[in-house]
Amino acid sequence: MAYILRFRKLCFLEPVKYSSCDKAKADEKKSVETPKVENEDQGAVSAVLEENTKRKKQKKQPKEWRCIDSCCWILGYMCTTWWLLLFLFHCLPGNLPGLKVPEPPGARLKREGLTALHPVVLAPGIVTGGLELWEGKPCYEDLFRRRLWGGSFTEIFKRPMCWLEHLSLDNETGLDPPGIRVRAVPGLVAADYFAPGYFVWAILIENLARIGYEGKNMYMAAYDWRLSFQNTEIRDQTLSRLKSKIELMYVTNGNKKVVVVPHSMGVIYFLHFLKWVESPPPMGGGGGPGWCGKHIKAIMNIGPALLGVPKTISNILSAESKDVAFIRAMAPGLLDSDFLGLQTLEHVMRVSRTWDSIVSLIPKGGETIWGNLDWSPEEGHVCDSAKKTQHQQHLDNNRKNENNSKGGTSFRVQELTKYGRMISFGKAASDLPSSQLPVFGSEEFVRGNSSSNSNSSCGDVWTEYNEMTQESIKKIAENKAYTVRTLLDLLRFIAPKMMKRAEAHFSHGIADDLDDPKYNHYKYWSNPLETKLPDAPDMEIYCLYGVGIPTERSYVYKLSASGRCKTIPLQIDSSADGSDNGCLKGGVYFADGDESVPVLSAGFMCAKGWKGKTRFNPSGIATYIREYMHKPPTSLLEGRGLESGAHVDIMGNVALIEDILRVAAGASGAELGGDRIYSDIRKMSEKINI
Amino acid sequence: MLKRRKGSAAKKSPNSEPQLDENKEKKNNQLQEKSNSNAANLKGNVNFNSKSNSDERLRRKWSCVDNCCWFVGCICSMWWFLLFLYNAMPASFPQYVTEAITGPMPDPPGVKLAKEGLTAKHPVVFVPGIVTGGLELWEGHSCAEGLFRKRLWGGTFGEVYKRPLCWVEHMSLDNETGLDPPGIKIRPVSGLVAADYFAPGYFVWAVLIANLARIGYEEKNMYMAAYDWRISFQNTEVRDQTLSRIKSNIELMVATSGGKKVVVVPHSMGVLYFLHFMKWVEAPAPMGGGGGSNWCADHIKAVMNIGGPFLGVPKVVSGLFSAEARDIAVARAIAPGVLDIDVFGFQTLQHVMRMTRSWDSTMSMLPKGGDTVWGGLDWSPEEGHECSVKKPRNNNMQTARPNGTGNSANATRVKYGRMLAFGKDVAELHSSEIERVDFKGAIKGKNLANTTCRDVWTEYHDMGIGGVKAVADYKIYTASSILDLLHFVAPKMMKRGDAHFSYGIADDLDDKKYEHYKYWSNPLETKLPMAPDMEIFSMYGVGIPTERAYVYKFGPAAECYIPFQIDTAAEGGDDCPCLKGGVYSVDGDETVPVLSAGFMCAKGWRGNTRFNPSGMRTYIREYNHASPATLLEGRGTQSGAHVDIMGNFALIEDIIRVAAGATGEDLGGDQVHSDIFKWSERIKLQL
Repeated sequence: MAYILRFRKLCFLEPVKYSSCDKAKADEKKSVETPKVENEDQGAVSAVLEENTKRKKQKKQPKEWRCIDSCCWILGYMCTTWWLLLFLFHCLPGNLPGLKVPEPPGARLKREGLTALHPVVLAPGIVTGGLELWEGKPCYEDLFRRRLWGGSFTEIFKRPMCWLEHLSLDNETGLDPPGIRVRAVPGLVAADYFAPGYFVWAILIENLARIGYEGKNMYMAAYDWRLSFQNTEIRDQTLSRLKSKIELMYVTNGNKKVVVVPHSMGVIYFLHFLKWVESPPPMGGGGGPGWCGKHIKAIMNIGPALLGVPKTISNILSAESKDVAFIRAMAPGLLDSDFLGLQTLEHVMRVSRTWDSIVSLIPKGGETIWGNLDWSPEEGHVCDSAKKTQHQQHLDNNRKNENNSKGGTSFRVQELTKYGRMISFGKAASDLPSSQLPVFGSEEFVRGNSSSNSNSSCGDVWTEYNEMTQESIKKIAENKAYTVRTLLDLLRFIAPKMMKRAEAHFSHGIADDLDDPKYNHYKYWSNPLETKLPDAPDMEIYCLYGVGIPTERSYVYKLSASGRCKTIPLQIDSSADGSDNGCLKGGVYFADGDESVPVLSAGFMCAKGWKGKTRFNPSGIATYIREYMHKPPTSLLEGRGLESGAHVDIMGNVALIEDILRVAAGASGAELGGDRIYSDIRKMSEKINI
Repeated sequence: MLKRRKGSAAKKSPNSEPQLDENKEKKNNQLQEKSNSNAANLKGNVNFNSKSNSDERLRRKWSCVDNCCWFVGCICSMWWFLLFLYNAMPASFPQYVTEAITGPMPDPPGVKLAKEGLTAKHPVVFVPGIVTGGLELWEGHSCAEGLFRKRLWGGTFGEVYKRPLCWVEHMSLDNETGLDPPGIKIRPVSGLVAADYFAPGYFVWAVLIANLARIGYEEKNMYMAAYDWRISFQNTEVRDQTLSRIKSNIELMVATSGGKKVVVVPHSMGVLYFLHFMKWVEAPAPMGGGGGSNWCADHIKAVMNIGGPFLGVPKVVSGLFSAEARDIAVARAIAPGVLDIDVFGFQTLQHVMRMTRSWDSTMSMLPKGGDTVWGGLDWSPEEGHECSVKKPRNNNMQTARPNGTGNSANATRVKYGRMLAFGKDVAELHSSEIERVDFKGAIKGKNLANTTCRDVWTEYHDMGIGGVKAVADYKIYTASSILDLLHFVAPKMMKRGDAHFSYGIADDLDDKKYEHYKYWSNPLETKLPMAPDMEIFSMYGVGIPTERAYVYKFGPAAECYIPFQIDTAAEGGDDCPCLKGGVYSVDGDETVPVLSAGFMCAKGWRGNTRFNPSGMRTYIREYNHASPATLLEGRGTQSGAHVDIMGNFALIEDIIRVAAGATGEDLGGDQVHSDIFKWSERIKLQL
């Protein structure tokens, strides 16, 4: 703003100033002539005339100049002030006396006498790991070993189409397309910063280093997060690598077991690893049944997406991936505006649908976990915190009413959000009682051939929607409300290729009988409801996650206006707003969570599924829930906050870092203080019958 | 610019008389008024005129600032414009220009061989040498705050200029233990980034990596065995478990690539490091890696040593003795000023000496094998080498030849065996004519300088004048007496070094004492592992004069100076072109003489010798140095220089072929340009 003002001021000054400048030049010219002028009479008309003609001549030239001149001037002015500020900033002592930087937890714990004991393995989640180019098409010839993902992302802006082409995987195999090799960046640099200044693991690493960790006892299990988990082993031998690294660290650090810290999708990746490593060789790592018990002390899941993330669905359906919060933070306009012509979203959808790993995040456990048309474990959740207490009373009253007379039920049903309906078409459909909803079986979806005209003009951004006819899309919308179970059918219908590929690698059900030999297949390994934990009674599992942020849980959709190349026929109905308890905003129903993962997904396994000796946890591994209440940063100086509970920002949460450091230095879960719960996760878990 | 300056100067001169000036200005204004009213295109400017009056004063106040701003703005916008053009330029443009000027460039070897159908087969392990690996900070003193996990060594070296003393403090190691000083942790960067580029634009391994990637290599079958090159080899295991890490990674790569053995490519000091590793990995557990006696045979296909200083580097002697470390050629290339001028006051060299003397690894490259290998007072294996051999060949072959040989036969038989000589004449006299006074008994006096030079303490201050004089009185040092000299001059450093390295020749390799790790990096005191299928390549550049022996003199007698320095005034002139600036040079790759790089493969390990009991095959591949023809070629595709050879296309091609499965015979066996076989024969070593 100040600049604009100054600029305007300049514009006013400019003509005068530069004309005067010209005059200075004229003066020079004149001074050469001065003897002549001075010797003659002061008011010599001839001289004046001469002057005049000269002046005219000169005026013309400067006039063309003026704009460039002033531009230069402004630039120079800005540059110099910028440099001055930069210089001052560099001269600034690291810690101004006025700004007291809070002591990092690592330094405090070091004074308490904590030192590095157990080696630490960090497993990054989806999106946060860097990817670099090893072999590319001619358009990227010069980018050998440069980051395509992570870092500054300048390549998106330079050559967007080329970038998209290189990040896509093969639509059939889910592996590299021919002639392109994009690989995960190895080492701690893979995910310490996602973009310059945007930390992911950096703060945790720094604090670990303060108590004595270094490269030899810290390992970043970077993997190509686009691939399905088993494919990372097939293509890159990433799982073997991880196994060998853990064994090495175990041996070189005096037979100390490792503490694993996975984040987000890394949690299910590591779950997959746990099963893989103990399975026999052709499919697994052949570590033998005692491997985990011998090598792993604790798994500290941060923001675990154990049962999936509802965001994934909207991502797959309409590429409105609020999940990729990062990208939004990086380039807010990029995904939403029409940067690449009209087809940004289509391109993103096409690329992201080639990534198998996204399918691993589809909600798991079906209606038992996520609720059906009329029921969901979170019902009764109040989104508006101001209303909370009041509402609580209200509910209690209701309950009393219920006890006294059974008349209150209808009122209650209206009050509760039906989270179980993950996708509903139209706001009304999300509120109606189930009996009034038209229900179709998924078999009724008919797949027609697409009309050829749209294909020909939009050939470049081919998405699978192009293969569907208008009628079948309409039919989808008629089905009104989808629960998790019917949703899977819907996805299979909408994106058959992706689901076919991915369902060879992932499964989303609940096992009835875990001893069934079919569960030895790797596709079940990343689903906590279809695998047993390894036999390692001394191991500990932590679920560390933030709460107190509204998190996407289900959606209201509508059919989008069908343009010629607008090939995504569905979109979130962002006009659907409000319900009594404030859970519906912009077409999205919110529940408690950490902005990406709802509490239910993050906490259920630790709260109930694995608690004590269950069939999923036959050896009775101890589980702990540590929740961190979200507090937004109080001032700008705090950056992304020291007590944040958001999905990624929680990595800078002081309390979480302290917990991790203590465990790495040898503490057990009981010493940390056991469970720490703010949300209703216990209540919710109880409602789930499993 | 000049015009503008002149203009302003001219403008100022009339301003000296303000009265007159004002008058003139008024007149100007009047004139202007008239002219304005006259000028049809500038009408209605009564307003303007009054305004210009007030603005004139304004302008006068900040016209200088204005001008500056204008100037800066101009430059900035030009710069941005050029930058924009540069960024918008298609990537192949420089290559296009080069080809337009010099004719079509040869395909990079990776592309060429990929066309031939070669694909990645054996996993590749790189072992970087001294200096080239990056080091980063993990824990530091308060002066290095904010540098956590930033590179202190490698990269831009910005910190050297910003906080030189802090930097030196952090890069030094503990003088007693040779490990980290308390409160400081510097660790090697890991992964391929550790040594692909030493500094932005200065490649080390990057070209080789890029070419390997062309035939299908990637992160999973390439591994950079980065280690902290400052500490002694065994200490890398003690402190960082680096050797275990390399072992585990090699095992992993062999397992994941379907049982294909690895090809190891060490460079420079990495050669010795890997020699140490091969002994370590098969040695039993407490001291070694416990891999069993077949480990190397099971896991290694070939070791392709690039510029390996098997028998040490004479440069190191001068480096340790007087910190004139030409060895750090890379560092010099990056920051030519840092080492030579007095950036830290006048104590640059002292600081450098103090720092480098705390690094154990430099001692691994002291000349090994003593007088038997490097020559005695009157004898050396390289004698008769002609330094100017290139000149006559270029100028006039027929006439120059007989003259040249005649000269060298009579007068210029350089006595390379005298590695350090005090005074040029001493270096050339016959041994019987030289008086030498033994220095070992000399008493070291207390030095008064201690108080004033506390900060830059080097061990010279303990010696006193008497000690310094005694050193010079001995006149001549050969490879074996240099060790005594260093023990005398730098007792603390050598005490540390003796625990980790040894420089002799073993009489009986089966002696129990040779199981100690200090012998593992000396090829003359260890046996190669039992791996008859393994191949050892020695690849190095030739054709560049390389330091071999030095002429020294006393330094200026100021209190805080190092008492000795190379006598740069000693020039050989026409009859002895090998002596230049106080340095006798010989054939080599600018750092490592041919003798050191080639002897083991030419003779010491050739066939079934006691150093090579299983008779594994050895090959010598020499690359004749050709300096880049034009500037556009950068550091050349046919260079033979110690580091630049990593961009040599012929060498890269050899490595890729072996990595893709070829044997030494397939490459064509030995490829020799120098006299290495002749010189090796002169060395009487029991085999």
